[in-house]
Amino acid sequence: MARMAFLCDSGRCIECNACVTACKNEHEVPWGMNRRRVITLNDGDAGSERSISMSCMHCSDPPCAAVCPVDCFLQTDDGVVLHDKDICIGCGYCFYACPFGAPQFPQATNYGSRGKMDKYTYCAGGPEGEDGSPAEYQKYGSNRLAEGKLPLCSEMCSTRSLMAGDQEVLADIYGERIVRRGYGLPAPGWTTAYGEDDAGTPFVPYGRRQS
Amino acid sequence: MPRLAVLTVLFILVAAVPVSQAQMLNEPGQSTATTSGEVQLYDQAEDQVRGFISIPDEKLSVLVQPEGREWREWRQQILPWVIGILFLGMLVAVFAFYFIRGRITIRGGPSGRKVLRFNGLDRFAHWLTAVSFLLLALTGMALTFGRTLFIPVFGHGFYSWLAESSIMVHNFLSVPFVIGLVFIIALWVKDNIPNRADWAWITSMGGLLSKDGKHIEAERFNAGQKAMFWTIVLLGTALVITGVMMMTPFAATGVGGMQVVHVIHGILAAVMIAGIVAHIYIGSLGMEGAFDAMGSGEVDENWAREHHGAWYKEKVQKGHADSSVGRQHPAPGE
Repeated sequence: MARMAFLCDSGRCIECNACVTACKNEHEVPWGMNRRRVITLNDGDAGSERSISMSCMHCSDPPCAAVCPVDCFLQTDDGVVLHDKDICIGCGYCFYACPFGAPQFPQATNYGSRGKMDKYTYCAGGPEGEDGSPAEYQKYGSNRLAEGKLPLCSEMCSTRSLMAGDQEVLADIYGERIVRRGYGLPAPGWTTAYGEDDAGTPFVPYGRRQS
Repeated sequence: MPRLAVLTVLFILVAAVPVSQAQMLNEPGQSTATTSGEVQLYDQAEDQVRGFISIPDEKLSVLVQPEGREWREWRQQILPWVIGILFLGMLVAVFAFYFIRGRITIRGGPSGRKVLRFNGLDRFAHWLTAVSFLLLALTGMALTFGRTLFIPVFGHGFYSWLAESSIMVHNFLSVPFVIGLVFIIALWVKDNIPNRADWAWITSMGGLLSKDGKHIEAERFNAGQKAMFWTIVLLGTALVITGVMMMTPFAATGVGGMQVVHVIHGILAAVMIAGIVAHIYIGSLGMEGAFDAMGSGEVDENWAREHHGAWYKEKVQKGHADSSVGRQHPAPGE
């Protein structure tokens, strides 16, 4: 079984922000919320400046799912972390626990709820309801994975910096790139998201909801 | 001369430029790259990595924040145990105290005559704070333990509704809690300043532990009550401050600060819940005649004489109470 992941090659990202724009357009993400964003490190420092497109990494042991007081997360067999907006109460705990700042909220400061959490879905919609239904699109955006397509952000990346797909395939491609060009960093966020060394250990989705 | 001074300052500034430039180039983290073309972006994700983003949401400029792991550990493992142990531990302690020490009775028996201890405003302040605190504690614990306790029983849909309602109740009850706290401070702070007499109470534990030990002459509030007052006032204020910060997330601090605020709120809440369990016990089941103080507001004169002798004498002097019939003339009921 493929374990879905994505990888941003910081040696190739040119900070064009096309992935950000594509994501916002594809899912009609509201103002002020970013499922995906490009972070530039060592900004303006010639030679050491690197950009990384960052979003939910779909961790093997997702902290968001662990701390959620209402247990609204579900990890699919592919490793995609989805959340149920009907159950989410907008408490914001997932944002405190998430290493990558992925969860987004419609209301930042509000006396009461912060609205239903929204995050990068791997273009896979939500955990409940019919795939590709208008109701799912309303809540989570489009479900490309159900149509056999990969996330739009990585599909349209012009430099093939952002790649989505099976983790092992991605690791092979990236490894070959590093060998060819003679340098490369550990893939950003991979250790944090997928553990120190996941070779040989089969992926088990985070504990399923009971009902 | 002034011109020379200005020139000197200018010279120093100009001379300092290369030094500061060299310092900027020597930043750690940039010099640890191993191969040409390779840049060390961050070491094994031990610290928050912050970069530049072109969107307005500043907190999204954090690439990796490993502190989230500690916060998760706190939220999932430590907080439930801290609250559970303090809350259940205090319940056990209180019941153990009840079975060993028994109910603290009025030694002279009830006299049947009453003296006003807390007027309507006092009691309003007390019950406003008390009711809002109880509901705040219940809704807070419902959110902390709900996933473990309620979801297996009620299912996700109902608990989601319950949790959302708990947040609403928790948020809105902060207002009466603050009002009650302000009243409490305004009404009782002057009688709760620690003084020399409290030391005697503390060293003898206020006669709590022995049945025949004599009560210490206390004023309106004894040292135990003063401790409870300051616990409620100080912890309550800290809970209000951290609570408001959690209601307006990221208004005052970033994600790291929000994690710390959450930890502080949780620990203080646990301590205060345990303290209130003891307070409820001694104010109801634990001591004969104590509940009247906050119930009807009028306490038995013998209770007042035994527990707050100095305060009672003052009442007598003012003519609010009658001491001529005392312990030697028990109430007709006896």
